[in-house]
Amino acid sequence: MNRISDRYWQITGCRSSEYFTKNQAYSMNQAGNIGADLFVISPEIALASAGFVAVILGLLSSRVSRHVVLAVALAGLASCLMFAWQLWDSNTAAFGSMIKSDNFALAFLVIFVVGAALSIMLAFNHREESYLLYPEFVAIALFATIGMILMAASSNLLVLFLGLETLSISLYVLAGINRTDEHSLESAFKYFLLGAFASAFLLYGIALIFGATGSLDLGALLKSGTGFRTENAPLLFIGSLLVVVGLGFKVAMFPFHMWAPDVYQGAPAPIAAFMSTGSKAAGFAAMLRVMFALTDAATSQLLQVFWVLAVLTMFFGNITAIAQKNVKRMLAYSSIAHAGYILVGIVAWNQVGLSSVLFYLLSYTFMNIGAFGIIAYLGSKDKEFCDFSDFKGLGHERPWLAIAMALFMFSLAGLPPTSGFLGKFYLFSAAVKAGHIPLVIIGVINSMISLYYYLGVVVVMFMKESDGTSRPKLKAPVVAVSLAAAAIGVLGIGFFPSRLMATLETLISHVL
Amino acid sequence: MLYNFATILVFLVFGCLFVGVNLLLSRLLQTRNPFPMKVSTYECGELPEGDSWIQFNIRFYVIALIFLIFEVEIVFLFPWAVVFKHLGTFAFVEMMIFIAILLVGLAYVWVKGDLEWDKPKQVPAQGLLP
Repeated sequence: MNRISDRYWQITGCRSSEYFTKNQAYSMNQAGNIGADLFVISPEIALASAGFVAVILGLLSSRVSRHVVLAVALAGLASCLMFAWQLWDSNTAAFGSMIKSDNFALAFLVIFVVGAALSIMLAFNHREESYLLYPEFVAIALFATIGMILMAASSNLLVLFLGLETLSISLYVLAGINRTDEHSLESAFKYFLLGAFASAFLLYGIALIFGATGSLDLGALLKSGTGFRTENAPLLFIGSLLVVVGLGFKVAMFPFHMWAPDVYQGAPAPIAAFMSTGSKAAGFAAMLRVMFALTDAATSQLLQVFWVLAVLTMFFGNITAIAQKNVKRMLAYSSIAHAGYILVGIVAWNQVGLSSVLFYLLSYTFMNIGAFGIIAYLGSKDKEFCDFSDFKGLGHERPWLAIAMALFMFSLAGLPPTSGFLGKFYLFSAAVKAGHIPLVIIGVINSMISLYYYLGVVVVMFMKESDGTSRPKLKAPVVAVSLAAAAIGVLGIGFFPSRLMATLETLISHVL
Repeated sequence: MLYNFATILVFLVFGCLFVGVNLLLSRLLQTRNPFPMKVSTYECGELPEGDSWIQFNIRFYVIALIFLIFEVEIVFLFPWAVVFKHLGTFAFVEMMIFIAILLVGLAYVWVKGDLEWDKPKQVPAQGLLP
């Protein structure tokens, strides 16, 4: 508490100079550390700089080609990864332990960066000339990525909120970036209204947690010296429940999923890809961060809630997805279902379970961006091809595209040898280990339900004749590169999972 | 701990009572004599023109957003300026970066033509250089 107020005075300078002369040593000390602090957030700084360069490039001339903007963005993302590599295993905290870049945060950072890179490449010439705002898209996507990284690296509830808002506001703008398309605008508006509501829940939860423990520091929430006493346990539980509501909105789990279908359908496909993967991963990262800091009692209470929510989320997502005629909408419901599968891993709450959450989020990033990417690739100037019937005969006209789509569908359905299969296998086996047999049975039943609609796409592509819809001409190579990278990711993780899983298990063992 | 929140509860109750009782009292004591001039909107002595429930021009919101850029800048500049001597070079550099970031925002609005009240329908150039 004391430290927070100290920092407050220092930042705002409200007590003016008298305070500073008294605490000169303190502030000098802080200034000395600032270099180290900045090093900890160097991945974020790299992304922010790349974003600003992209904006300035877009301003300077319309003739600055998209290639330059794309190169800047990819350079920013690459240097972000490099800085993260420097920080790996360093386990440092910065800014008075507001931010903690341990391996948990850095592993999530990799997921976010992969998602951002693939989506930025996908958007390169999405719907050809009608999509004018590429520099803006790149900049805002990079800023959203910063928000995600902050959420995963937050060691203080307010930083978590800051990250969430950075992410959310960027995503509101991205959803409506196509200003002439009313579906896009509708999706942005819905997302904004519901998102603001969810943020309020999160803030209220943070306030209650602060009321129960007297601290916002996730590291020191329940340590002796803070205000936590056992009679405050109900307050802590209700607070953490409200935080889960706010974050559950971001990951689109069952009672807080309402926005997902409309937003994913209305937003341009590359942006839907970015939103569905990145914000889901960031939401789960933040959720885990909060849960690591809670008492065992509060955590086990939350896990009981998650048990029920996991079942409802899986059933709701899968059953509603069956009825969809629009592939983007189907993917949105499937994204809800996938939040349910990931919840199974959290409910298990053991080393394998939590590391498989990360494993699944990474493979989900590849397969979902791939699936949305195919839609982005097919889109033409006038319309996006995302009805099931638009996929008729694709297997004959564009065999490679159809094979890639089939691969992503198999992976989403959880068929071997894809990463989706292994992800589900790890999630469910962790739950079995933790003794949640009924939950696993429900999960497997749901996987089987999902086969129906995922394979429906494959059937339409390969077994139906084309009804003569004209396919748009080929897209820029970079879009194909993005799709290929997603496909390689899906297969690569599917064939060589053990190294990745071992790394994830060690990093989880440090935080659990 | 919960006991500490009692203060807030007391404040809440008294706040509601204060407002409620005063409104009720004034309701009981007041004389009521509405006439058109009295119930009309007060606009600094001007005669009110039309209804206030109209659609505002969307450009007002753009102006409000631009205002926000400077607003935020000022909010952070004041405390920094007050303790400038003690913070030294590092804070100076930091603040310059901050101002530069905000300037990019301003430049963006400018180039995109949002500082013009009559924004050109299409901004085909979309750039500073020809």
